[in-house]
Amino acid sequence: MAKVRIPTPLRTYTQGSDEVVVAGATVGEVLTNLSQRYDGIGQRLFDKSGAVHRFINIFLNKSDIRREGGLAASVGDDDVISIFPAIAGGR
Amino acid sequence: MSSFYSLLQKLKQSVTEISPDQAHEMIQDEPETALIDVRESGEWGDGHAAGAVHISRGFLELKIESAFPDKEQPIVLYCAGGTRSLFAADSLKKLGYRRVYSIATGYKGWKESGLPTMRPRMLSESERARYGRHLTIPEVGEEGQAKLIDAKVLMIGAGGLGCPAAFYLAAAGVGTLGIVDFDVVDESNLQRQILHTTERIGTSKVESAKKTLQGLNPLVNVVTYDTRISSANVEELFAGYDIIVDGTDNFPTRYLINDACVKLRKPNVHGSVFRFEGQVTVFHPGVGPCYRCLYPEPPPADLAPSCAEAGVLGVLPGVIGLLEAVETVKIILGRGETLVGRLLCYDALRTEFRELHLDRDPECSYCADGRTFPGFIDYEQFCRV
Repeated sequence: MAKVRIPTPLRTYTQGSDEVVVAGATVGEVLTNLSQRYDGIGQRLFDKSGAVHRFINIFLNKSDIRREGGLAASVGDDDVISIFPAIAGGR
Repeated sequence: MSSFYSLLQKLKQSVTEISPDQAHEMIQDEPETALIDVRESGEWGDGHAAGAVHISRGFLELKIESAFPDKEQPIVLYCAGGTRSLFAADSLKKLGYRRVYSIATGYKGWKESGLPTMRPRMLSESERARYGRHLTIPEVGEEGQAKLIDAKVLMIGAGGLGCPAAFYLAAAGVGTLGIVDFDVVDESNLQRQILHTTERIGTSKVESAKKTLQGLNPLVNVVTYDTRISSANVEELFAGYDIIVDGTDNFPTRYLINDACVKLRKPNVHGSVFRFEGQVTVFHPGVGPCYRCLYPEPPPADLAPSCAEAGVLGVLPGVIGLLEAVETVKIILGRGETLVGRLLCYDALRTEFRELHLDRDPECSYCADGRTFPGFIDYEQFCRV
């Protein structure tokens, strides 16, 4: 099962966990399973049409999923999916 | 015993003297030709032949073999009027250099022939003393330090990221540092904003930053802009600068910075922090992706981290701000590989650096090739995270 890296702003939904292991054969399945396990995280990730919000980037290992086939990108056991919401802090 | 005059006459017979035009032609025909200026540093500083290297007459024998080990390489020497270079050429021939030439009329003749000249930036005694540890690094040296001194960097924000970045850029000798911030120093800033002091609470951040930076390095010209960036002033603010360092704390400003950098084709050194996490990259329009390739639009207020969630480990913007400073220095020097197309993510709790690949979005509404600039957008300020 793939590991999902949870960014700081979304850890309130995962009881503080920064990494969770989630089943799924594609990035989309993994993130859907993640949303089912942790109530509330789904609407932070997906818009009403089921697409990932454009202010969130999903990386499969080092690559943006947009160049790996999007949510359909297949996921193996050793893969790491990272969620990157835009953060603006700097002061 | 021979007199100076008779020695000179003898050298004129044994050394091949050429005209400036012949020298210039030789360099064009055989680009491996070395053109060496053997005058003193002060003379070199007043101007020299373009493409020449400087090895003063006094150090010539000591330095020539390490600088030009190939004794078959054509070497053209010049001084001011053709005499010192004649003696210099004789020395090189004695060291085994076979193709040595002296420009008979020297730099004077070179200039009079209308051949290209340059005026190097000479470091002052105090610059030489202050930046000594840079001068000994081959990747910086005098030439690199001169680039730093000539560089104009604009810091947006004199806060958590801007303070450490500006502090080290000033120390490094970046000649012109602009700082934009409209805020005043608050006690809660001092946990991380290291340019400010307790006594300056309530005073202008840019003035406080300037005081500290000029205390560290009075050679740096610190230009303050006590203003809030908006679509109305962003282009004017950026116009005089080579590199923009983003140390802001909000989405509207980050998008304005990005869009102006895309329009003006200026590199945007980008950092952001949240609690124990930080990210840094370089958005270089035309070379790599821009901020909008990564995040086309800012998040709506209800889906961005709320103000209640704000907060950062005080040291963290130090780490990220200094990574921004290093990238800035590399861009100025033209050395190494910058973070263009790479997002470096620092997780302080795990003590882990990760690197993600960023691509240009061929459909990017701002930086895609052939796109007309769509204009600036003043997004609503909704939160300071």
